[in-house]
Order: sequence, then C-alpha cells, then structure tokens
Amino acid sequence: MQKLPDNFETYDEARQRGFLALKELKDKGQRVVGIFCSYVPTELIYAAGAIPVGLCANSEEPIPAGETRLPRNLCPLIKASYGFALTEKCPYFYFSDLVVGETTCDGKKKMFELMNEIKETFVMSLPNSREPREAAVAAWRSEIIRLKEKLEDFYHITITEDQIREAIRLKNRERVAFQTYLELGKLDPPALSGYEMGTKTDASAFTFDINDRIRSFEERTREVLHYWETERKGKTSDRPRIMVTGCPNGGVRDKLLKTIEELGGDIVLIDTCGGIRTQMQKVEETGDVYTALAEKYIDITCSVMSPNAPRFEMMGKLMDEFQVDGVVEVILQACHTFNVEAYNVKRYVTEQKGVPYLGLETDYSQADKGQIATRLGAFLEMLS
Amino acid sequence: MMYYTGIDIGSTAAKIAVLDETGAAIDRFVIPTGWSSRMAAKHIAELLENKGIYVQDTEEHEKNTLVVSTGYGREAVEFADKQVTEITCHAKGAQLLFQKEKAVSVIDVGGQDTKVILVENGLVSDFLMNDKCAAGTGKFIEVMANRLNVDIEEMFELAKAGEPIPISALCTVFAESEVISYIAEGRSREDIASGVIASVANKVATMCKRQRLAEKIVLTGGLSSNSYFAALLSDRLGQPVENSSEGRYAGALGAAMTAKKLGERRSRQRAQVQ
Amino acid sequence: MQKLPDNFETYDETRKAGFMKVKELKDNGKRVIGTFCSYVPCEIIYAADAVPCGLCASSEEPIPAAESVLPRNLCPLIKASYGFALTDKCPYFYYSDLIVGETTCDGKKKMFELLNEIKETYVLKLPNSRDYPGALKEWRSEIIRFKEKLEDFYGITITEDKIREAIRMKNKEREIMTEYLSLGKLYPAAISGYEMGTRTDAAGFSFDIEERCRTFAARTEELKKYWEENIKGTESYRPRLMVTGCPNMGVRDKIVKAVEELGADCVVIDTCNGIRTQIDKVDETGDVYDALAKKYLNVTCSVMSPNKPRFEEMGRLIDDFRVDGVIEVILQACHTFNIEAYNVKRYVTEEKGLPYLGLETDYSQADKGQIATRLGAFLEMLG
Repeated sequence: MQKLPDNFETYDEARQRGFLALKELKDKGQRVVGIFCSYVPTELIYAAGAIPVGLCANSEEPIPAGETRLPRNLCPLIKASYGFALTEKCPYFYFSDLVVGETTCDGKKKMFELMNEIKETFVMSLPNSREPREAAVAAWRSEIIRLKEKLEDFYHITITEDQIREAIRLKNRERVAFQTYLELGKLDPPALSGYEMGTKTDASAFTFDINDRIRSFEERTREVLHYWETERKGKTSDRPRIMVTGCPNGGVRDKLLKTIEELGGDIVLIDTCGGIRTQMQKVEETGDVYTALAEKYIDITCSVMSPNAPRFEMMGKLMDEFQVDGVVEVILQACHTFNVEAYNVKRYVTEQKGVPYLGLETDYSQADKGQIATRLGAFLEMLS
Repeated sequence: MMYYTGIDIGSTAAKIAVLDETGAAIDRFVIPTGWSSRMAAKHIAELLENKGIYVQDTEEHEKNTLVVSTGYGREAVEFADKQVTEITCHAKGAQLLFQKEKAVSVIDVGGQDTKVILVENGLVSDFLMNDKCAAGTGKFIEVMANRLNVDIEEMFELAKAGEPIPISALCTVFAESEVISYIAEGRSREDIASGVIASVANKVATMCKRQRLAEKIVLTGGLSSNSYFAALLSDRLGQPVENSSEGRYAGALGAAMTAKKLGERRSRQRAQVQ
Repeated sequence: MQKLPDNFETYDETRKAGFMKVKELKDNGKRVIGTFCSYVPCEIIYAADAVPCGLCASSEEPIPAAESVLPRNLCPLIKASYGFALTDKCPYFYYSDLIVGETTCDGKKKMFELLNEIKETYVLKLPNSRDYPGALKEWRSEIIRFKEKLEDFYGITITEDKIREAIRMKNKEREIMTEYLSLGKLYPAAISGYEMGTRTDAAGFSFDIEERCRTFAARTEELKKYWEENIKGTESYRPRLMVTGCPNMGVRDKIVKAVEELGADCVVIDTCNGIRTQIDKVDETGDVYDALAKKYLNVTCSVMSPNKPRFEEMGRLIDDFRVDGVIEVILQACHTFNIEAYNVKRYVTEEKGLPYLGLETDYSQADKGQIATRLGAFLEMLG
C-alpha cells in the first residue's frame, strides 16, 4: 500500500473545511454556481466571476429523504444529491446562486425538474450523440452560448470573449497540473495510491482558488516523485496494477477502491469523469471560444453518448500507458447507460486487450460490503 | 506427518477436506454451520483433534496441519493460516475433482451466492456472482421449501413429479408471495416445487450465458450431487452439465490444496534461509 | 425468396404462421422497416413505399435471453425487444430491412448500439427537450437526415409530394383512430379499455393502412349503434378510469383487463399507444419537414424535459372523458416515467382532485395477486 501524505485530508474533512471557506467568500459577495457534471463548461462560470461547486453527493445519509419524491430504483448519486437539496443539508447547494444541470442521463434530466422547484436550475440540453459531428458540435455550441447568456442575465453582467479566453487558459493550466499528478500512476512500482488520487481530485473542488489548487497538485506531484526516486525506483512489486472505470465512484470509494488496495492491488488509473480522462484533452486557446468549448466538452467519454467509440479508444491507450493488469468497472445501481455499455467494455477489455475484467453493480449502502470484498478478493487472486 | 486442511464455511453447511503430504485426500466431512460460524469453526477444530489433526499447538500436541479457510464464514476461522475466497477455492477443487481438463466452467449454487467460474489451465480467468438478492441461490429454494413445509430434498422429489408453473419474480420476497398465491389457488405442491426449481435453473443459466463457457461444465457446491438439477441446467444451456457427489467438497478441497501450496512455499523459504 | 430462421422448425404454430405471413409480404417485394417508438415519423417510411412495423415487445418469453447481454434491472419492453432480436423469434424484426431507433430513453439508446450488431439500426437523435431554442430546428434536420438515409438505403428518391401524400393518409388514419378511441367519452362507456388497447396494438401488424382505416371505421359504427340501442340512457356505477404512463401492452391483462373485471371502465388510455399520439395531426400545408418536426416533437412522452404539454393534454382528456380516477403504469426501471409520476400524482390529486394509483411492474406474473389487491382497493376508494 502506498502511503498517504502526512497532511492527508479525507474527502469529508475537505468538504467541511470548504464549507467555512465558502461561507466567508459568500459573505464577501462571491458568486457561486452549483454544477453536477463534467460536461458543464466551467470556463463560463469562471468568466462570470463565479465559482463552480460540484453538487454530486457521495453520502448515503440523504437518500431516504430523496426517496420521498424519487423512485427507489434510481442511481444513488441522483437520490443523494436531490436528498441534500431537499433537506437543505448541503451547504454547497445552499450557497449556490443558481444550479446548472444537463440532460445527460434520464435520472438527472427528470430530477432537475424537481430540483428547479427548490432552487432555480438551468438545464443545458446535451445532444444524445456526437454523430453527425457537425450537427452535434453546432447544437452544443448554441447551448453553451445560451448558458453564457443565462449567466449574464442572472448576474446582470456582460461576459466578454476575453474573459472566457482567460478562463480557458487558466483551466488548461489546471488540467496540466491535474494530469501530471494523475500520470504518477504510470510509475512502476507505483508511488501513489488510487485512493489518494480519487480523494485528492474530488476534494480539490473544495479549494476555491484555482491557483491554490494548481499549486497543491504541483507540490504533491514533486513530493511523490521524490519519494519514488529515493525509495521505490528499481524495486519490484507483485501487486497487480488495476484500472477503475465506469460511473463516478466517490460514493463507493471506501467500499471499493480502498478495499482493492487493502487486499493487495494497486489502483494506478481511474478512468471516470472524476479521473484522468477529463483532464487530458485541453480546450483550444485560439479561434472561436464557443466552438473550442463545444469541441472539448462534447468529447467527454461518458456512456450517455451513443455510440461511444472514443471511450474505448481512450481506455485502450491508457491501459497500455499505465500497464494495467486488470480492470474493475463500477456501475452505480440503475445507471442504465454504463450498465448496458458494460457488456461492450467487458468484451473490449478481455478480447481486445486480453486483460481480466470485473464488473460490480453497487450503491452507497454498506449492505453488499462483504460480497464485494469477496469478489475483489477473488479477482485479485485471479491476477496473481 | 503434516496435514493440509481446507475448511469451507458456507451459510448452511461447513465442509472440511484434509490432504496428506502427497496431496491425496485422506478425509472429508460436513457439519451444519448452525447460527454461528465461529462456533462451527471451534467444533471443527475439536472434530479434527479427535482424528489426530491439531490446528494449534497445545500442551500435549504440536500443530500438525496448515489450515486455509474459505467461504462466507472464512473470517470466523481464527486458527486459519490463510483465508482465500471461495471462488478461487471452488476453481481449484473442481479442477482436482474433474481432472485436468484444459478449461472447465464451474457452477456453484451456494446458500447465499451463486457463482459461475471459468477455469483455464488451473487458473480462474473469469467469474460472475449473483447480485445482492437471493434469486437463483440455494437460499431461494430454502425459503420456498419452508413455505411448502418440506425440506430441500423433499422439495426436489416433489419437483421431479410436477409440471413447472412459471415463477417469474426476480426477488425472493416477491417470489414467495407468488408461491403463496399459487397455494391459495390450490395448485399442487409438485407443480409449485417444480416451478421453483425451474426458476432457479433459469436464473443460473442466464448468469452462465453472460460468460464464455468452457466445453466442460461442472456443478459444485450444495446442489452438486443433484442430478435432476444438473439435467435442468444442461437443458437450459444446451450443453452437458456434470455433477458428482464429491462436488460439495470442491471449495474445501481447493482450500486444502492452497494450504499445501502454502506449506511448500514455507519450506522453500525455510530452506533458503538455512 | 426470403429465408427462414435456422431454428424455425422448433417454433409453435402461431409463430410459424406469423413468419409465413411476413415472409409472403417480403417475397412479394414489400419494404419493411422496424420501429420502436411513436417519435419516429412514419410518414417518411410510407413515402419510401415501405411499411413501418412496431417492434416493441410485450412478451415475457425472450427476456431471459436478453439478460445474457443486457442488465437485469432494465425496462422489460427493452429487454424483451432485444431478446426477440437475439433469438430470431420475432418475424417482424427478422424480416425488417432496416431498424429505426431513437434516442428517447437511456435504456433504448444504449440497447440500439447492441441491436445494430444484429441488424442495421439507424438511430434518430431526438432532442432531450422541446424548450430550448434549437430543439425544433435540430429535430427537423434529423427528419431530413432520416429521409436521406432511406433514399440511400433503398436507392430511391423521396419527393415532398410523396411525403405530403403520406401525411394526408396518416392524418386520415389519425382521425379514424381518434373517433374510435373517443367512444370512451360516451356515458355509460361504449367500449372497454381492453378492446381499445388490444385492437390498436394489433393494427400495428396490419400492413394495409386503407384496410386498417376501414376496419376501425366499421367497428366504431358498430359500437356506436350498439350503444344507441342498448346502453344509452342506462345508469352505470362503474368508475371511469384513465390509464396513463408507460406503454402497457405487456401488462394489459394484469392491469387493464383486471381492473375492468373488478368493475371499472378504462375509458381513456393516455399512453403512446393510446389516444395521445392520435389527436395531434400533422399540418398538411407548408413545409413538410417543419410540419413533421412540430407534430413529433410534441409527443408527450416523459423523456421530454420539461414535459408540460403532457399535463395539459391529460387535464383535457380527464375532463372530456369524465374520468373518476387515474392509474399510472410504470414499467420497471423506466426512470423518466417513474420520476415524472411524482408530478403526475400531484397534478391529478391536487389540480384535478381525483384519486391516483401508481403501479410499478414488469412483464412477469409474479405481482399479479398484489396488483389485483391494489386495484381492488383503489376501486373501493372510488366507491
């Protein structure tokens, strides 16, 4: 197991700390926009002088409240997020001036209608497909402009193209810092745990100054590299190198990622919307800003896109670069798009890449903890 | 003499297999798990002791076996030298029982979980396990047997004599109410039992089809001696499913084999140190 | 000559007959296109001299086969449809030249990717909402692309005149269907909901639209006459129900038939296989693509977000049909209808002041008893 940094902050701790920091910022008049998804171009939010805060909930606690209005047979992330909004227990939702949703999956799409009754929720209409490319990019570009206009209208401001371009540059710098950090997973033997990668990436959302965030990632990258050079380099490890793919796994990180590493695997790569795949592609810094944003964001490889060939290409490339020995796919309960696509992921991983695959469908509860540990244990036994 | 003991504690029964230094199976037995896996483990240690196999050093005897535990209750075996999941153990045990076929698919219908394991060249290359619910597991049969007021063996006897009524619920709880409504309709116990067993076979077969199957398919676990169930599965899969009375010991045998491997590794390491 | 499936000999007589019937059509050179959804503008298909054939499956039988590929926790309609395709057991899928899908819900959208491996599946990109500025324009372009696809596929040219002709023909059919389905407005009811549903669905397998129109017009006359002579002026204590929600042909016996046997009349079926897609006609003048885009974007399925027109239309139907209570059918794991049900319940009970019963179910018989109990209690509640 890779060691965690001395000042390691758990997700909950970071969330707590962020709450106080955000309250202070709000008191000073800071604009805050709540978002749910990596498809939302945060550059526009920054360009509006606002801070984007992620509202995807990782906790089991608000689910019973969510289930008073939402079906039980629904993704835990959606139920938890809505439950937080309904019970006013999420400070980030509470402090958001406006919520920006998107029509990614059926569950979120319809949940946003109900959320709109609690707080104004502006929903971007994401195309269902990248094909034909020209039509998809044009449609998404006009939705991005509509978001810009909404923000202008909402805050009574004008957002200039220069401001957007500035935000694009800033976000690109951040992407480089994130990516460099996450690419530490390529080291052999590994020097960074997947548990840390996931936690730090998610928790970074609670550091509101983008420059602070960049610094923190750069610092940790240097630290880990140093540790690898002095302590790990040249040593051998028989721990299998695991890639985690599928749904966002923040809510099952302890049950899955931590368990994998405790049972003797090393998670070297997290290929989810909270992982490396959204960081790799930068936004074009020249030319029309809206087209540049549309091109970048339409290429996000979530399973809501149909068909979704880029996900497989990217996955294959990453598996080679990170020398992956086994793939674990996390499906959150009732996430139809990832769940149906899993059939092709398994085929791709096992047949094209010749690597073992384990699919796990789960939710935020602890009920299946033992069963999942058994499966993970058997999977790791199979790899060693 | 050194022994290698495998203990497979399932939710219903605990299976024990012992190998000698040559790897030959010299003993095997089964006891009901009862309400506590921990108590079952203690009881197993006593039974082994009566046979001259000591899992721990005592005042009179030296420990003379390595123990590997597996199954749902594997963590309750405090004296185990190693714990390994039942998936790996069933795969190893099946390989031993059904002789070195190049590839074999193992179906283990257990009390809590059902697994389909693909074993190639002695190694697990893929496996599937039922999700949280009990449909398609031994538990499902047990619940329905209780409802019909028979034990599991009688349940199968009834099933053989009946014409299956479709039981379609995915969930044990709902299927139970489905069975209750059939009872209320006055359908025969034979037909209901037949429907229950068929529905388990259907569910297990669907799980099998989600995976590449080897040409040789074997049934292990609690239902492994049941040739009626094996025949139902063969029918659903369009491929023969073999069964044997020894199949229930696959997990324990696999665990014992793992213990033997552990012993070999330890003596190698000892030799290196010396 | 068209070939038969490899395992044809093992099929039962009804299925064999079904295959022979479609085979004969195909042998005579008929073009057949499989569709899954009322969002697909079938006028384009008719204009290509092809017949559209609905492939939404209502049977439990192929579900286990589908579950070897698809997740268990998915809508039974999607699983059954895919299962039929996978096992070669649906003659209409088997003999379709091309399948036309659409990005309505997550489950279908992703299932079509897999279906495409069995038979070419062209997917229409339906917008997720009607309410953003680009929606109508994008949907219009999709319809044109669809036309181009069919031209390309069959090596033909589809003229605007052909489309306009198809629009007129379909509108005529819609009028006849609306009149038939409006028999439910009569008091006491002149038709059972079970008949409405069964006949409407069965019509999907009659390939001659003219003949279909004649049959429905005749049946409407027959029922009207019977009502005039035997029912008119009598008193009925049977509550008048609306059935809304997901397509219900796979659960019709368990719900619609059951509730009518228990003593109610399902007077209006407000689903995509009911009256709601028939009422709204396609404009016969002006640009044909504009007209089709407008009509089809207004289909009131819950995949649209937000979905206000559904509530407006439902309210109108509740009034017109003098509805006493509403039953909503949710197929297992249909997220959009399942979430929207919260608002439907609020609307029906608070705005319309009527009792509402939501039933989540699948194609199995497992919950038959339970559903009957709930239906019984609901009727008792209506008095």
